[in-house]
Amino acid sequence: MISLKINNIPVYVNEGSTILEAARSIGIKIPTLCHMKELSELGACRVCVVEVKGMRNLVAACEYPVSEGMEVFTNTPRVLNSRKTTIELILSDHRQDCLSCERNTNCELQRLSHKYDCDSRRFEGRTADFVYDDTTEYLIRDNSKCILCRRCIAVCKRQQGVGAIGVNERGFKTHVACPFDMDLVNTNCIGCGQCINVCPTGALQEKPEILRVQQALANPEKYVVVGTAPSVRAALAELFDMPMGINCQGKINTALRYLGCDKVFDINCSADFTIMEEANELVDRIKNGGKLPMFTSCCPGWVSHIEKNYPELIGHLSSCKSPQGMFGALVKHVFVKRENINPKDIFVVAVMPCTAKKGEKNRTFTDGLADIDAVITTRELSGLLKENGILLNELPDSETDSPFGEYTGAGMIFGATGGVMEAALRTAVSVLDPNAKLLPLEFSEVRGLDGVKEATYIVGGKPVKVAVVNGLKNVKTVCDKVKSGECDYSFVEVMTCPGGCVMGGGQPIRATIVKHRDEVAKARAGVLYSADRSMFARRSHNNGSLLKIYDEFLDRPNSELAHKLLHTHYTPRPKYIKE
Amino acid sequence: MDIKQLEQIKDTTFKNVGNRFTHAQLDGMNFDRQVLVCCSTGCSSESSQKIRERLAKLVEEKGLKRVHVGGTGCFGLCAAGPVVVVYPDGTFYSHVKPEDADEIVESHLVNNVEVQRLLYVDADGKTKPINEIESYCKQMRHALRNCGVIDPENIDEYIAREGYFALYKALTQMTRDEVVDVVTESGLRGRGGAGFLTGRKWKFTKDATGDKKYVCCNADEGDPGAFMDRSVLEGDPHCVVEAMAIAAYAVGADQGYVYVRAEYPIAVERLQKAIDQARAYGLLGNNIFGTDFCFDLEIRLGAGAFVCGEETALMTSIEGHRGEPRPRPPFPAQKGLFGKPTLLNNVETYANVAQIVLHGAESYNTIGTERSKGTKVFALGGKINNTGLVEIPMGTSLKEIIYDIGGGIPNGKAFKAAQTGGPSGGCIPASLQDIPIDYESLSAIGSMMGSGGLIVLDEDNCMVDIAKFYLQFTVDESCGKCTPCRIGTRRLYEMLCKVTEGKATLEDLDKMEELCYYIKDNSLCGLGQSAPNPVLSTLKYFREEYLAHVVEHRCPAGVCKSLLKYVIDAEKCKGCTLCARNCPANAISGTVKQPHQIDADKCLKCGICASKCRFGAISKM
Repeated sequence: MISLKINNIPVYVNEGSTILEAARSIGIKIPTLCHMKELSELGACRVCVVEVKGMRNLVAACEYPVSEGMEVFTNTPRVLNSRKTTIELILSDHRQDCLSCERNTNCELQRLSHKYDCDSRRFEGRTADFVYDDTTEYLIRDNSKCILCRRCIAVCKRQQGVGAIGVNERGFKTHVACPFDMDLVNTNCIGCGQCINVCPTGALQEKPEILRVQQALANPEKYVVVGTAPSVRAALAELFDMPMGINCQGKINTALRYLGCDKVFDINCSADFTIMEEANELVDRIKNGGKLPMFTSCCPGWVSHIEKNYPELIGHLSSCKSPQGMFGALVKHVFVKRENINPKDIFVVAVMPCTAKKGEKNRTFTDGLADIDAVITTRELSGLLKENGILLNELPDSETDSPFGEYTGAGMIFGATGGVMEAALRTAVSVLDPNAKLLPLEFSEVRGLDGVKEATYIVGGKPVKVAVVNGLKNVKTVCDKVKSGECDYSFVEVMTCPGGCVMGGGQPIRATIVKHRDEVAKARAGVLYSADRSMFARRSHNNGSLLKIYDEFLDRPNSELAHKLLHTHYTPRPKYIKE
Repeated sequence: MDIKQLEQIKDTTFKNVGNRFTHAQLDGMNFDRQVLVCCSTGCSSESSQKIRERLAKLVEEKGLKRVHVGGTGCFGLCAAGPVVVVYPDGTFYSHVKPEDADEIVESHLVNNVEVQRLLYVDADGKTKPINEIESYCKQMRHALRNCGVIDPENIDEYIAREGYFALYKALTQMTRDEVVDVVTESGLRGRGGAGFLTGRKWKFTKDATGDKKYVCCNADEGDPGAFMDRSVLEGDPHCVVEAMAIAAYAVGADQGYVYVRAEYPIAVERLQKAIDQARAYGLLGNNIFGTDFCFDLEIRLGAGAFVCGEETALMTSIEGHRGEPRPRPPFPAQKGLFGKPTLLNNVETYANVAQIVLHGAESYNTIGTERSKGTKVFALGGKINNTGLVEIPMGTSLKEIIYDIGGGIPNGKAFKAAQTGGPSGGCIPASLQDIPIDYESLSAIGSMMGSGGLIVLDEDNCMVDIAKFYLQFTVDESCGKCTPCRIGTRRLYEMLCKVTEGKATLEDLDKMEELCYYIKDNSLCGLGQSAPNPVLSTLKYFREEYLAHVVEHRCPAGVCKSLLKYVIDAEKCKGCTLCARNCPANAISGTVKQPHQIDADKCLKCGICASKCRFGAISKM
């Protein structure tokens, strides 16, 4: 233990703690902009400076280690003035279009500026030449709002293991960009959007598609069908002043009807379809000597990662479309027949916790028709509702529409890491062992936030080793093992974002104090698991609607028609494309 | 390599080169004359390599078997370059051209008559042998002792000058503690700028625990106008190799890196040759001098970012990352290169080590002042006659450097200030020219020793403009990581621009000063923390010049273009039209034989008209 004094208050903390942590332990919060615990400890922004007795200069509390007998002052005029000046300097090189900024009222720079009573015009001068990159289908980088805290870089490199962005040039020209200032679309970026979630300002945001949704809703010719991903219901409430961990699906259904959607379905339902197809594909691969391990294919960031970085492993990916893709295909090719609607008049909207899904929508087509017409994130849905004056928290609950509104607990847990694996196991075990009396329902070994989880289950009398990966950086060891042939897994679930889709790049942005990250993930995943527990049907093959659709249209999982509608293929893609 | 072999190389080579070291002919030498051509960057840029080749060819053709032609590092008097020196006479030829080689050979080497027209003329108008030239008399060449004396590409010549004997002594006769102690007692301080006691740094690294340790050499000299380290590497690379081996022994390292900027191709080439030669002799590698000490050395090229001279940025760069400083602590002695304890010293610091180890701490700590021991190398530049490289004992006054060694200010102009320490340093006004040059005195007056750039400014330099120049350098060279340095220096620069444009107010001066102290207090690394020094020191010593810009909208030195106006004196103007014909902006009008006028709106203030006018009719106001 180290003993020190902060503002003359005795503090005892473990050796190796930073001043920031020591101060926090006694209830003093030192402001930060660039800091993210364990991911980014740069001391770059200098907002966290404090005075240490005996030191000539101020030091950055976020990285400065405590030492025995140290005397720290966090609130002297010298410290407060310095912080104020730092923020004012940052503001002088910032676009300052707060009133119309996406992050207005949820911006860390704005909050600090207000807290330190900053004069946003005290320093005037030239702003750096900035890059505006909207080349991808899923996100926009607007460097005129970038404050060079480099959290995005740290998340991309150290959490996701991608490293699509870094720092270019030096001096006042320093900026965050792709290698050689390439457009993001031509790089190894996989679109996960984790960078957006850690950006303290509005320099990063998803590529908005609200306008197209509004136009479709206003067009009487269009039949607007909407489906909501499991994770959306676990987080949207946070944006309407409700506490974390509230399931608001019933209110979302009502809100979507208020908006004028013609049918309100649920992606949980197509998740059940995914399980039917995927579990059967797995069983087929195990029985008939197909390529193992089989990788899940629900996550578009992961699929993109394989195509760009491990093209030789493409054969391991399940050929199943993601629940989003299946949803669109089912609506446009099955639902229309029942309702006798021209598929071209249908406009399918998916509400997703994810930015990469925006990219995915442009790659799945059936009979030349895009499966999905628009993908909006949880944040965009909130914006749409607010713009329409819909007070989500005051709305009554309502049910989803038939037939693609019916779902099981298996579809529900898709949003949490391990959820796809667990859902697939629930069905695979039954397929392989239809006569078994007491089938397992909960597979707790694959739940939780560990980066790589392993388990072995007896399926059809045989041990099947599985792995669940979340946080893309963690997938490297698994992929390398598969490449070298040392891998003994049969089935691997990968979700790009740590914690799974509940922590996706399209979810509500929480102020980035990383120690809270896991709590957020747990609270949101908790919504899905408790909803699962409260359901009567918890196995995808017990979904009544689904069984009827198979009966009437698709025949059986992996049938020829099922393959045409619900499966896809993959192509090796270059990591970088020369401009 | 053992000591007998080393002694033997020394004795054999001495017979070839010995009479360079004295100004009298020695007995038993293989050569009667030594013709040495400076082959450092400055003289090389004016074809000194060709001079050397030509001389060697002619000497061979003439069959002058008792004449040796060789290349050396910098002699120091770069302003007189290309330089050729003939020993033992000590004849100092300046501004030599390749075609002069024939005359030197024919007249001097064959007929024993010095070529008068090429002889260097000293300040008193006389020609003298090298050891009597005034500029050299007040110098003490310690770190530069082999520069201009030995062939840097020949390890034997280095050995002939006691080279690698210090390494032998350290490895075979001294414990690691004794090596650290002698360096500590010598009082040697880091020559990179901050002046940290070298021995203490060695001790910290020695005492640090780690399975692997490194020694590094900072040769990323980046201050504008500084070329001390480059000259040492070009003129005496082995002294750095030997010192790093000694340091590695002392701290317990087995691997070294020299981080040198790629803009120094000659230095890099010679250093690599030196490393290869040392390796071939077994002076690098395993079991050096038969001991269990193993050490090897590699060069790492920097891409030219100034910030990579900062120790943590340098190590980050060696590791293969973008060269950016990282927070300290942990200090390099605990956790440096690749996370291991690392010793980092600069070139000039290492250049002193071998002599200290060989001849004891007293050989060094008797030179200099109470707290600044030894000598310091400076690169003299700017408004000074003897532009070049000088080495003086600590405590020499600025005045002595400028007038006695530097030969004073050209064209009879008045000395105004000296800038030391590059972008991190400050300006010393003429009124303080008697201060002794040492670490404490310089920082007491708001400047710093820095690595040794010394730029002399005269009455024609505007101090606001000078501050702006250095700040612009920092704005461009900041790594861009921390806010105060990246944005703060830019805003400060913009305020200075306002001053030079006559648009600033007195409040702006206060705001500037406040911002300076903020940047010093809040920046992450030494680059940012010292960036405001040029501004603060000029504000301190030349405030009236700032006030002239702000209050009177006037630049007293006539440098700041926005505040300048060129006017034609109608009485003196003869109407010759020469100015109008030369004006690039067509800003001058008038009829022949009538006084002309300048259109101030069109005028670019380039000053061509004033320089062309034969009647002195055009002046700046």
